[in-house]
Amino acid sequence: MSLFEVKNITVAFGGVKALNDVSFGVDKGEIFTIIGPNGAGKSTLFNVISRIYEPSKGEIYFENQNISKTKPHNISKLGIARTFQNLELFENATVLQNLLLGRHIYKKTNILSEVFFTPSARKQEHEYRLKVEEVIDFLDLQHYRDTLINGLPYGVRKNVELARALCTDPKLLLLDEPSSGLTNEETIDLGFWIKDIQSLLGITIIMIEHDMSFVNKVSDRILALNYGKILASGLPEEIKNNADVKQAYMGE
Amino acid sequence: MRFIFKTKYSQDINIAKHNGDRFWYSLLILIMVVLPLVLDDFYLGEISYICILSIAGIGLMILSGYTGLASLGHAAFLGVGAYTHAFLLTNGIPFYASIPVVIIVSFLVGAAIGIPILRLTGMYLAIATLALGFIAEHVFIKWEHFTGGNRGLPVPQPEFLGMSFYDSVFFYYVCLVFLIAAMFAAINILRSPTGRAFVAIRDSEIAAQSLGVNLGLYKALSFAISGAFTGLAGALLAHYIGYLAPDIFNIFLSLTLLLLIVVGGMGSLHGTVFGAIFVGFLPQLIAICRDYLPSSIGSQPGLEPMLFGLILVFFILYEPLGIYGRWMKIKLFFELFPTYKRQTFKKQKVFTKSDRV
Repeated sequence: MSLFEVKNITVAFGGVKALNDVSFGVDKGEIFTIIGPNGAGKSTLFNVISRIYEPSKGEIYFENQNISKTKPHNISKLGIARTFQNLELFENATVLQNLLLGRHIYKKTNILSEVFFTPSARKQEHEYRLKVEEVIDFLDLQHYRDTLINGLPYGVRKNVELARALCTDPKLLLLDEPSSGLTNEETIDLGFWIKDIQSLLGITIIMIEHDMSFVNKVSDRILALNYGKILASGLPEEIKNNADVKQAYMGE
Repeated sequence: MRFIFKTKYSQDINIAKHNGDRFWYSLLILIMVVLPLVLDDFYLGEISYICILSIAGIGLMILSGYTGLASLGHAAFLGVGAYTHAFLLTNGIPFYASIPVVIIVSFLVGAAIGIPILRLTGMYLAIATLALGFIAEHVFIKWEHFTGGNRGLPVPQPEFLGMSFYDSVFFYYVCLVFLIAAMFAAINILRSPTGRAFVAIRDSEIAAQSLGVNLGLYKALSFAISGAFTGLAGALLAHYIGYLAPDIFNIFLSLTLLLLIVVGGMGSLHGTVFGAIFVGFLPQLIAICRDYLPSSIGSQPGLEPMLFGLILVFFILYEPLGIYGRWMKIKLFFELFPTYKRQTFKKQKVFTKSDRV
């Protein structure tokens, strides 16, 4: 049984079917990449998984549990974290505050203990911070702890968003175009980090990506989408030589 | 420039970040405590009023400055607090028991109003809260058993700790203590997970949700907490005014609170105090200016609201970070002298967001 399974998902916006009967499974510990031309329905798929969009048909299973009816704010409690295509950071807060928000699902204090900032509230802050510091060390963010997000360069922001997702201690990580807008060097670093997240932290990754050399380097399996339908899925080598995929990208 | 060498996580959690903070804030409190020795009753009354405005400002700041939800009807909560307090005192409940009840009642009223109203966003929320202000005013008029209607409701001034609220020095200390307590409560909320969740909602709802923040719950909580602070301010305001009438809690008072947080500086608790000082002394300033203006302008009845509006517009255009923002710039100028660059505070608009997620 797969860790994560999508079964016959269809999403329709009026007459347009953004996703049409899409099914696939992701095994534990895998790096699973979704590719496809613009408008193929990749981001829609992510938004269905994080329950921002309601699918018209189909189910999603995570650890054998049907999450198609779970409330959007409870998805991260199950262990699914995500990043966004166009950064969604908390711009007027520091890096540290952004990362601490990643620990929000572990909140145990109530509003009264927070108003008086009881020792338990202080202890919780320390516990949050320990995990956050681990992630900061992992992703080399030491220099930026107290910097406001809107004063950071783009590459670092991308990194902070990845860090924030890692702070939730996820089992499954959804990365929406992690390498877009990064320099060559940053992309290489990102490749190492993604591999490390897989091997050292044991997190399963589903990733949307356009940079094919990057995709081939890090992914275990690839799924190609076009016009909301699955074109092909398989190992990187198979996808590279698949006639349908070639046609969708290059025509003929 | 000050560099803080951090060796403990507590240094990021503590309220005072370094000894300089401790020194200056202690000095400020000390000055506030000895102030009655220097000032006469009139100015003490004014400063008490500024303390009350600050507490109400903290309430609105948490809602608008930190959670990013507009409210144009916050006078309603001042009214709820004031009438509840006066009603309880009239029925013989002592002051120390009445205040917690007021806080709880305003909290619950905030939650009850917040849950339906917060399905709206942006402009529509502003209109809905505006309507809330008008509805509250009418409730205060019609619910005569509770509020005395248009006849008004005298506020009893009971003895508390053997002192009378008629004594302006005593009342000043009461307001000061409540302001300090409210400040600490607000700081504590903002440095704990709930406060961070508020900021998260302000900056990106979708990311907050994906990190496990229950949007509906936290927005309602923000409204309720905001209501509680403002209700407390209302209770003190009842003592200050002495006689409650529904038309005190009108749209103009709501706009004064809005002016307070915008002028003080959105998203800073310092700003509430700066804003309260500004808003508290502005009417006196206008009254003084009237004497020097030609009578065709000086005796116009609408001068005050017009100036309030004008100031609001000028601040939004030229100093969106308010007085506190200006203070930060001045401070940085001296810290970095002579290498200060004006560009430091220029807002970057490089990364435009699309509505795609």
